[in-house]
Amino acid sequence: MSNIWSEERAKEIVAPHMLIRSGLLPALQAIQLEFGQVPRPAIAMLAHAFNLSRAEVFGVASFYHDFRLDGPAAPHVLKLCRAEACQAVGADALAESTKARLGASWGETAAGGAWTLEPVFCLGLCASGPCAMIDGEPVARLDAEKLFALLDEAAR
Amino acid sequence: MSGLRARLSHDAAAMALGGKAVARAMQENGVEVLPVGSRGLFWLEPLLEMETSLGWQAFGPVSEGDLPAIVDAVRRGAPHPLSLGRIEDHPFLRAQTRLTFERCGTIDPVSLDAYASAGGIQGLKRAIDFGPARIVEEIAASGLRGRGGAGFPAAVKWSGAAAATCQEKYVVCNADEGDSGTYADRMLMEGDPFLLIEGMIIAGIAIGAAKGYIYIRSEYPHAITAMRRAVNVACDHGLLGKAVLGSAYAFDIEIRAGAGSYVCGEETALLESLEGRRGQVRAKPPLPVHHGLFGKPTVINNVLTLAAAPTILAKGGAFYHDFGRGRSRGTMPVQLAGDIRFGGLFETAFGPTLETLVSEAGGGTRSGRPIRAVQVGGPLGAYFPPALFDTPFDYEEFTKRGGLLGHGGIVVFNDTVDMAHQARFAMEFCAIESCGKCTPCRIGSVRGMETIDRILKEADNTGRIALLKDLCDVMRAGSLCALGGFVPYPVLSAIEHFPEDFAPRCL
Repeated sequence: MSNIWSEERAKEIVAPHMLIRSGLLPALQAIQLEFGQVPRPAIAMLAHAFNLSRAEVFGVASFYHDFRLDGPAAPHVLKLCRAEACQAVGADALAESTKARLGASWGETAAGGAWTLEPVFCLGLCASGPCAMIDGEPVARLDAEKLFALLDEAAR
Repeated sequence: MSGLRARLSHDAAAMALGGKAVARAMQENGVEVLPVGSRGLFWLEPLLEMETSLGWQAFGPVSEGDLPAIVDAVRRGAPHPLSLGRIEDHPFLRAQTRLTFERCGTIDPVSLDAYASAGGIQGLKRAIDFGPARIVEEIAASGLRGRGGAGFPAAVKWSGAAAATCQEKYVVCNADEGDSGTYADRMLMEGDPFLLIEGMIIAGIAIGAAKGYIYIRSEYPHAITAMRRAVNVACDHGLLGKAVLGSAYAFDIEIRAGAGSYVCGEETALLESLEGRRGQVRAKPPLPVHHGLFGKPTVINNVLTLAAAPTILAKGGAFYHDFGRGRSRGTMPVQLAGDIRFGGLFETAFGPTLETLVSEAGGGTRSGRPIRAVQVGGPLGAYFPPALFDTPFDYEEFTKRGGLLGHGGIVVFNDTVDMAHQARFAMEFCAIESCGKCTPCRIGSVRGMETIDRILKEADNTGRIALLKDLCDVMRAGSLCALGGFVPYPVLSAIEHFPEDFAPRCL
């Protein structure tokens, strides 16, 4: 993954998705995987590739929570579950102490720049809450102590 | 001494609880690891089953540090404190009726041979012999209803799409399992993916479709990987392709990942998303069976609905219909979640009461505190107090009590829960996830949050509570889909059953 935009590289990754029917969403996902975000020039490039208006492509990209339109995330991403099953076992309190620890609220990058904190509504680990995803890896049955240890380990 | 073999759950939940480290430790201790899905006893994950002279013996919850002692105990035939004996004899499993989840946790999810020798593919073989009309008859005889939440009879969708004369039709599997408290789709896709593939092929034959899509939410990366691998294996072995098992039927499956939108679990929003657009709901009619994906006749069903089809075809519609009660036939994989002692997947014929499910099977709360409320059916389901725990798990019985079964998730809350907070969260969630199409949902959810905030601040709030109820009425009647339409369920049930939580508070 490189965060530097390259139209040439973007065309290369988007090409296979132009062969499948309605490939805009997979193409956006591939762009984000490569560049860590959906950079503004990608909107115009995808509009051209899929014969859509830029407004249509932007409309799709901005609809889905997964796509980052305002810059890439920090090197590490913590997605903390905010949904009911985790709330029932203390997710709200865990969220508050995590925000305090990272110095970041939902959607923000922590002061040190190492972590982006994101809310997620359910990871399907609802019998083992509170749960979270650290850099794409699920972790469950958390409390503040266990979560912070995992964060330290991941950032090391 | 070597040759020890063990099954280790590779389910995302087991991995989240340290399964990866256990797998590594097993290799270091010279144990051959057979990756399997989860049995669904999550308080025992990571769950390990070792092959011994007495058969498979289970241990759990296992951490990497336990491994040397377990291996040693197995080699010496000695007892170990984490030993659970034969997992099949565990009371949590013995009390279940596993039809859909019969194999989950027992076989290698990517081995088609293992799937076939454990009873898989039988349904599809019979479906190929039967042909489309008889398949739909069997599904109709089974009484199978949509397991995604709406409970719509599956056979009505299938026969509608089968009757359409269009050449191009689609089977779409809704694997956008966004309801909190549910994880059965995820478990099945990770633990027994061929069952879903088999079910989709059967649906394809029934309606005359040669292409299927599985739309899996992006929050389930393990399930996406597991399904992609299984589809590749199925293609390599002729289960998918131009001639399914050498028959005249063709069927292919494409996996698509979602992008973090809850509303895409609504069937028409999902179709929009599959077509590469914003996941905004469509007005119905036209129904997807007539005008679905790419405007073509489409059967769109939940994972569990499609995964029930192979059993129904293999054993007959009447066999499946024998389970359950009233108009709720067959089995439902109930998912016990939240503050619950024995949290896990409990597949049962419809009919047990909430009390049986939560207190007997689930063992009450994990925290040891008394239960104050359960939310059944996800974020759009009603909150029930213990006074309603005599409600049988049945579509109609839940409707009668002002609730819904949804996708079968039960989230248990203890006595520390603040129900006004939960009602506010329901509105907040709706505001975050609304697709924006219907004003009552888009704006009403925001006004709902504000109104609840005011209710808690004002000394005399009776007028505000009436206003909130009125708003709920507007949302229910004025929203196209279940997001805006059902969010009144948690809000109104919280007000009705827990009015004391809506009393004004000092701030």
